[in-house]
Amino acid sequence: MSIGLAHFLTLSAILFCLGLFAVITKRNAVTVLMGIELIINAANINFIAFARFTDNDLDGQIFAIFVIVAAAAAAAVALAIVLNLYERLKSIDLDEADSLAG
Amino acid sequence: MITNAIIILLLPLFAFIIQIFLGKRLPKQGAWLPTGVMFIALFMSIAIFIEALSQYEPNNILAQASWTWFSFGPVTITFGILIDNLTAIMLVVVTTVSAFVHLYSFGYMHGDERYSRYFAYLSLFSFSMLGLILVDNFFGIYIFWELVGLCSYLLIGFWFEKDSAANAGKKAFITNRVGDVGMLVAILIIFTTLGTFNFREVFTGVADGHLSGTLLTVTGMLLFLGAIGKSAQFPLHVWLPDAMEGPTPVSALIHAATMVAAGVYMVGRTFVFFTPDALLFIAYIGTITAFLGATIAIVQKDIKRVLAYSTISQLGYMMVALGTGTPTAGLFHLMTHAFFKSCLFLGSGSVIHAIHSQNMDDMGGLRKKMPITFWTFLIATLALSGVPPFSGFFSKDEILISSLVFGMEHPAHLVIFIIMLLSAGITAFYMFRLIFMTFFGEPKDKEKYDHAHESPWTMTVPLMVLAALSIGPMWWGWVEHLLEKPELASFATSAAGSFKVENHELTHSAHFIAMVTSIPVALSGILLAAIIYYWKKISAETWGRRLKPIYNLLWNKYYFDEIYQATFIGGTLAFSRLSALFDANMIDGFVNAVARMTARISFVNGLFDLKFIDGIVNFVGNTIRKFGAQLREVQTGKVQNYILMALFAIILLFIMQQF
Repeated sequence: MSIGLAHFLTLSAILFCLGLFAVITKRNAVTVLMGIELIINAANINFIAFARFTDNDLDGQIFAIFVIVAAAAAAAVALAIVLNLYERLKSIDLDEADSLAG
Repeated sequence: MITNAIIILLLPLFAFIIQIFLGKRLPKQGAWLPTGVMFIALFMSIAIFIEALSQYEPNNILAQASWTWFSFGPVTITFGILIDNLTAIMLVVVTTVSAFVHLYSFGYMHGDERYSRYFAYLSLFSFSMLGLILVDNFFGIYIFWELVGLCSYLLIGFWFEKDSAANAGKKAFITNRVGDVGMLVAILIIFTTLGTFNFREVFTGVADGHLSGTLLTVTGMLLFLGAIGKSAQFPLHVWLPDAMEGPTPVSALIHAATMVAAGVYMVGRTFVFFTPDALLFIAYIGTITAFLGATIAIVQKDIKRVLAYSTISQLGYMMVALGTGTPTAGLFHLMTHAFFKSCLFLGSGSVIHAIHSQNMDDMGGLRKKMPITFWTFLIATLALSGVPPFSGFFSKDEILISSLVFGMEHPAHLVIFIIMLLSAGITAFYMFRLIFMTFFGEPKDKEKYDHAHESPWTMTVPLMVLAALSIGPMWWGWVEHLLEKPELASFATSAAGSFKVENHELTHSAHFIAMVTSIPVALSGILLAAIIYYWKKISAETWGRRLKPIYNLLWNKYYFDEIYQATFIGGTLAFSRLSALFDANMIDGFVNAVARMTARISFVNGLFDLKFIDGIVNFVGNTIRKFGAQLREVQTGKVQNYILMALFAIILLFIMQQF
């Protein structure tokens, strides 16, 4: 049995679901950020897998590199936000950050 | 000449404006300004008069000019100035009397608290009177007519702290208004039938027969109604005696020489309008007035009131002259009367100034104390009594001739001449009664007599000038000739048919009869006065008691004031009360009912608004609020919830895509 596109996509889907699960269920903001990283990387696996099995060019891979860079920047910003959240609430529990409530 | 006339007209207006706003701040309260201005106007008027003399043509128009004032649609109203011989003479008369009255007022009004305002009013009056004689149309004459009425009101009520003065002002104003309504209606008739206000165009229109018959007669009578009011003719004469509440120089200027003569001037100016019927009406009104005035004057005790009734009587004479078809005689008498009557009033002012009383019972023997006042007063009295060679003799003689000629042509109306002659005798009698009671005999009030003194030069100079103008047979004849208006007469003839027949033989014999009757009548009047009041051969008191009813009738001025009080004033008041009742009950009731009904309807309306409209609005609002309250629960503010919901939504979309 050779490893094909379906395997990659399945892995990607499992990774995405795990990330989503973490994002939705965890109270700790840092854990949620980790979930987001999982989701981003699930997408990256998709990019690379499609690039490898369909066109045979490097577009998808380059895109993945850009995504990693963007994710790193986003992580920095997100951590800064978390720090500010902590400054304000003295906690990083997301259940307490509900000032958007209508 | 037009420029000069405009300057003459505007000078007093200029003086008025300066004086009314700045008078109190000017040195000596500014009295010299209106006075100086009037003397300038006097000299300019004399220049115009000399020009009229140099041409010496009857019915000569020296100058005229008119400007478009405004126009609406096809109608253009022009405003202009007309200078003919009549205007030239009137200019001299008005400015002379006015200038010397200004000068006289220096002394008479000295120390009055409203000294500067007094001169301002005099200026305004001079302006209005000059305007009245200069304008060339009915519209203008009406404007200035009302302006002189206003000035008269202001000056009669000048000492308005006194109730009697304030009331006299109101009486004069309201009585005049009655006459002015007639005049206004006449002017409106003229404008609607002839489409113009201009004298010359109106006269032409009448001569061409565009306005004729009964309407012309009525127009003439209505026009004359204005003159009845302004010239204090029966039955609107009641205001003039009361007008004596004003300062005496004002009485001389306005209520003797100029304004009251405006009615005569106006009738003389517009003589064309008067048909034989209208003229007869004028003649009889004049006759009644002349007789009433003269008889009331016999018993008056107030020196100014005697003169006021005399003025009424003399104005009646002028009206008779107009009514019997000789306007020249009437205007001639207007002139002579202006000079001698203003002299009399100023003389009486001088006496009042000296003894601080107007009652002749307080006077007597003043001849020695006030020689200048006495002599000038005597000259003017002789003129008024119609004794030759004083001016009044000539003018009054003309009027008697006119009425006699009229009587000879229409024997039924000979009564006018007889009453005129009788009134002339009465005039001489009451004037000399005044002279004897004031200047002769023993002083009745010793204290006042001792304080009496001759007036200052500002008061005596005007007296002397005006007295000098009351002598002068040599010049009055040619002045009258200037006034003749053949053109006017021809207008009148064509309009009125062969009304006035020029009959020289008749005129000549009338001249003789009038002369030989009037002089003895005047002299016998004087003689009777002398017998009663100088030699005291007949006791006035005894005869007064014997003729008690007549005396009472005269003393109460024929009960005119009482009759008017009972009928017109009482009637007006009763009507006002009735109107007030009607107003309080009917109108107010109706208004209140409407108000109540509106309140009721509004109440119902309000209920509908509150329950129904508000109900709908509130329902919508409440529903939306409830909905919103439920919906807000979804907005937890927790990001994870939102993500979860997004996830569900996507899953839902996927499921839906399968179907």
